[in-house]
Amino acid sequence: MRKKRARTSFSFCCQDRLQVNLDGQTMSLSGKLTMQEAAELTRHFLNHLRFIEQKTLVFDLSGLVHIDSAGVMALFYIRKKLYEKSIQSELTDAPESIADKIRLFYPEEEAGVSPPRRPAFFEYVGGQVYHFFSSYVFGFILLAANIFYWGVTDIFKPRARRKGEFVNQAVLIGVNAVVIVVFLTFVIGYVIALHSAGQLRTFGANIFVVDLVVFSILSQMGPLITAILVAGRSGSAIAAEIATMKVTAELDALKTMGLNPNRFVVVPKLYACMLTMPFLIVFANVAGIFGGGLAANVYLDITPEVFVNRMMDIMRNKELWVALVKSQVYAALIVLTGSFYGFRVERGAEGVGKVTTVAVVVSITLVIVADSLLGVIFY
Amino acid sequence: MEKEKVLEVQNLYAAYDEMVVLTDVSFSANKGEVTVILGGSGSGKTTVLNHLLGLLPIEKGTVSLLGKNVATLREVEQVDLYLQMGVFYQNGGLLNSLTVAENVALPLNQHTNLPQDLIDEIVFMKLGLVNLQHAFYLYPSQLSGGMMKRAALARAIVMDPPILFCDEPGAGLDPVSLEILDKLILNLKNKLGMSIIMVTHEVSSILRVANRIVFLDKGVVVFEGPLHEALHSTQPAVNEFFSVMKNENIRELLKG
Repeated sequence: MRKKRARTSFSFCCQDRLQVNLDGQTMSLSGKLTMQEAAELTRHFLNHLRFIEQKTLVFDLSGLVHIDSAGVMALFYIRKKLYEKSIQSELTDAPESIADKIRLFYPEEEAGVSPPRRPAFFEYVGGQVYHFFSSYVFGFILLAANIFYWGVTDIFKPRARRKGEFVNQAVLIGVNAVVIVVFLTFVIGYVIALHSAGQLRTFGANIFVVDLVVFSILSQMGPLITAILVAGRSGSAIAAEIATMKVTAELDALKTMGLNPNRFVVVPKLYACMLTMPFLIVFANVAGIFGGGLAANVYLDITPEVFVNRMMDIMRNKELWVALVKSQVYAALIVLTGSFYGFRVERGAEGVGKVTTVAVVVSITLVIVADSLLGVIFY
Repeated sequence: MEKEKVLEVQNLYAAYDEMVVLTDVSFSANKGEVTVILGGSGSGKTTVLNHLLGLLPIEKGTVSLLGKNVATLREVEQVDLYLQMGVFYQNGGLLNSLTVAENVALPLNQHTNLPQDLIDEIVFMKLGLVNLQHAFYLYPSQLSGGMMKRAALARAIVMDPPILFCDEPGAGLDPVSLEILDKLILNLKNKLGMSIIMVTHEVSSILRVANRIVFLDKGVVVFEGPLHEALHSTQPAVNEFFSVMKNENIRELLKG
């Protein structure tokens, strides 16, 4: 069997400033060993490592004239690699100034000799999944339970409520959103009717544009567009407000005053959002149907009387009830997501921006997922 | 024997718009010594420091650091000079988005081609010097004020700079943490021969570490010399500054 030939000696030079010689069991270093040389020394050495077959190595440092912390650590690193190959080594003959630096920087053997290791791949993935469930899913459920507990308690204890905050939040979350919600659903209703007009005219089914507009607006577009807009407007505002309060220790101050932050900050927002959302959806529905009716009149010559008569024939109470249920679910999701991420803020000012973004993205996602689920349930 | 100078400032003038902050500042700092820049609030200490660090353009006067005129440096030379100095900012200046280890490793990662495991070892060792190894994977926001300062010091010295600037290192620290920090700074001076330029007004800290005092008042250097001379100076501003603690600390110091 061919055996790899043992190399008992080699030598190399790092940047003309450090000369390294291995001869027998002595490895002599001469010249400077600073940050620049350390990089090359370790690289060269690792390349030569597999050739070394000696069982012990002695580093002769008598020729070193200068060393810095990176140099000392390079020696430590090399000795560690040798140790892993079961090669014993020692440092000898260092001039006093070099020995001083080595004493200063060289890690103590018995103390932890290495920085903590990075977790392996599966360990990392497992950790992340566990983290997701334990802190996100479980945390969200806990927060929701806590907020609903305080929400229900507050209904029966009006004295403990924060005065004026509910109205204030209702204006911020609901009233201020009316214009944008009305405008957008009007445009969407108009466009839905416009795009279907061509198709319906082909089949002479002009009158069915009313069914299309009314059903799509009432059961899908009205609630969904409203919820997405509220999530974008108020979800982000809630997250940013709570996150800022946490960063500036306002939440801690509330706690130490004996006030529950969930009750004091989140519950009024939850009430406000749950109460104003159905009204917003009603506005959205009216505007959307109005937009659709306008387009039907312009492109399909359906007069307002015909439109309204047909609408009255086909509208069912069910759509309105479903919209009401949806509005409550969406409102709760938006407020909970915003406050959940607000409470999770870390790392000061930078964190506030981050949680705000995440809160919006997650609340819109949850709203759409909930919409699909409710759509299936109430089909 | 004339000592080797690492820093020389001559006739430095600075103004923010109409407001003149430094009228005529000249001083120098010796190699291997701790030079403390002193002065009351608004005396221009921070402005001087920012000029030394090249953070403010020099309008009049010269600043020469390690023999190089800071005002005339090209950008590449300025970076070379930055690599030879460590700066330890008042509130740490750690990047919040990086862990402590990544913060300390940043200059090594950017300016050297050392292998990653060796960089980790160096960072671990430097964190050991400031007794912060347990904070390796923590983020700055998870550290206390004192820990944040020590992490910032570890980052400032990670490249073994011959010259270290400290901007109010003791601000907001309790006396015990301050003493630990001072010991670290003395160690750097004694064992590594680092030259240290420090802006501070912690009197206890000055007595422990300073070799040389530069006293600024209303934009002028009113005193420059060794610590023991400063303690006995008759210059009104200097005298007033040290008289605050003269009753307690000096007696002990003189006894010791």
